Amino acid sequence: MTLPALCTENLSVHLGGGAVLESLNLEIPTGCFVGLFGANGAGKTTLFRVVLGLLPPSAGRIRLLGLPPRQGRIRVGYVPQQAPAALEGTLSGRAFVAAAWRGQRWGVALGRAAAATAIDEALERVGATAFAERALERLSGGQRHRFLLAQALVNRPRLLLLDEPLASLDPAAQVDFIELVRGLCRQEGLTVVLSAHDINPLTAAMDRVLFMAAGRACLGRVDEVLRDDKLSSLYGSPMHVVRNSGRIFVFPAHGFMPERDTHHHHPSGLK
Amino acid sequence: MNLLDYGFMQNALLVGNAVAVAAAVTGWFVVQRRQSFAAHAIANLGFPGAAGAILVGLSPYAGLFAFALAGAVAIALLGERLHERDVSVGMVLVLALGVGVLFLNLYMANANAAFSILFGNMLGIDRTRMWLSIGAVLGELGLLAAIARPLLFATLSPEAAQARGVPVWALNMAFLLLLAVAIAIAIPAIGALLVFALVIGPPAAARLWAGRVVTGIVLAVVLGMVEATGGVLAAWFIGYPTSFWIVGLAFAAYLASVVLAPRLRR
Repeated sequence: MTLPALCTENLSVHLGGGAVLESLNLEIPTGCFVGLFGANGAGKTTLFRVVLGLLPPSAGRIRLLGLPPRQGRIRVGYVPQQAPAALEGTLSGRAFVAAAWRGQRWGVALGRAAAATAIDEALERVGATAFAERALERLSGGQRHRFLLAQALVNRPRLLLLDEPLASLDPAAQVDFIELVRGLCRQEGLTVVLSAHDINPLTAAMDRVLFMAAGRACLGRVDEVLRDDKLSSLYGSPMHVVRNSGRIFVFPAHGFMPERDTHHHHPSGLK
Repeated sequence: MNLLDYGFMQNALLVGNAVAVAAAVTGWFVVQRRQSFAAHAIANLGFPGAAGAILVGLSPYAGLFAFALAGAVAIALLGERLHERDVSVGMVLVLALGVGVLFLNLYMANANAAFSILFGNMLGIDRTRMWLSIGAVLGELGLLAAIARPLLFATLSPEAAQARGVPVWALNMAFLLLLAVAIAIAIPAIGALLVFALVIGPPAAARLWAGRVVTGIVLAVVLGMVEATGGVLAAWFIGYPTSFWIVGLAFAAYLASVVLAPRLRR
């Protein structure tokens, strides 16, 4: 059994007096494609940030590729939820990707053969070679999106953390993107954690589903997690899972209600 | 007599080109980082600094550098919150100009000092200040080269850079300080109100043509040098202030790029 790509023990994060993550025990095996789901405020982005060492945990332990976050993160490719402004600028996609190649080192990076190889390879893997020299502002949203992934891949990571990469894509582009990520996972043994709102485009592609609600989480196979009893105990209120013509729908058993605040008393406006 | 036989013309051409290079390189990052407001604010703060220093009997350059650097620190510390307060910051900058005028009025000696800080005096640069300016520009470029790589990453993808351990906040502070130095060096030559033309003009035009980072920076530097040289020569052959010619050339280059680049660039 190889080392898990990501492992947390009793991981808790408290922000502004409230618990954003509560005693998470996760173990994500190497080479696994994990879909991460949950409502806004469920702690998905916080989980990414704490795992990358950008936010200190209040309690618990994290092992990222067997190392503490600040050592392991150098082998992680991260695509944040909000695309940077430069993705719509006048630079070429290739320049955008090149900026990340060993971008944490000091000095100037000029004309290194190793850099050119790594950049070409990353562009090739996401199928963006053909339009890599064009200005980003002249490309379609789906084409630009590939450079975000290429940038995350250029340092040859072992783990990809993708925060809602499907949000700005139309359904066809979503399917393409998922196929692309799944290919990386299958052919190269990359571990992927991808957060999203709609579970359906991902059901066939992912190996595991990680569901989050109110700072707690449930990890397992799609069939194991997407069940009335599992989700009801995660949410702390009755939940229904309905399967209809190959699609899955999750909703509260008593209908949609205002955001629950019975368990954690957050003052309004607090994230 | 050849124009290069005059010492002040040699000084003007050398200093003009040196400050144009520093302004273009830092300016390229300013444009990519969308910090042109910071460049404007730092330049405006330099004026009361220089005027205040004259009032209390210090070198105007000391005041200029001190206020520009302090302004850079303040902008870095305010950070994101600046965007929500652009009206109030705008008022503070206007106040800074007003206070600068007051300082010079209290000093009463010469309006010339105020004029050269606000609008520059390229042809009045002596040999000592020429060497100081060139030394400062070389130091500026060296420091910028040392942080270029993580600065570029943090400029284009701040969150992804942070996730790889790039000290994004510290780099922003370091960059704004370097920007303050580039602006402070350029102000005696082109003036606090017009320095913006050399910092933003060439990179803003270059970004419309160049998809690659190095190409963009080199093009900005070339444009900046052409504008500075052209400004000094035009003032010599045609007349009118150097600063006017430099700003005019910067505007013309930008306008031509806006019109032509979308048609000619693939």
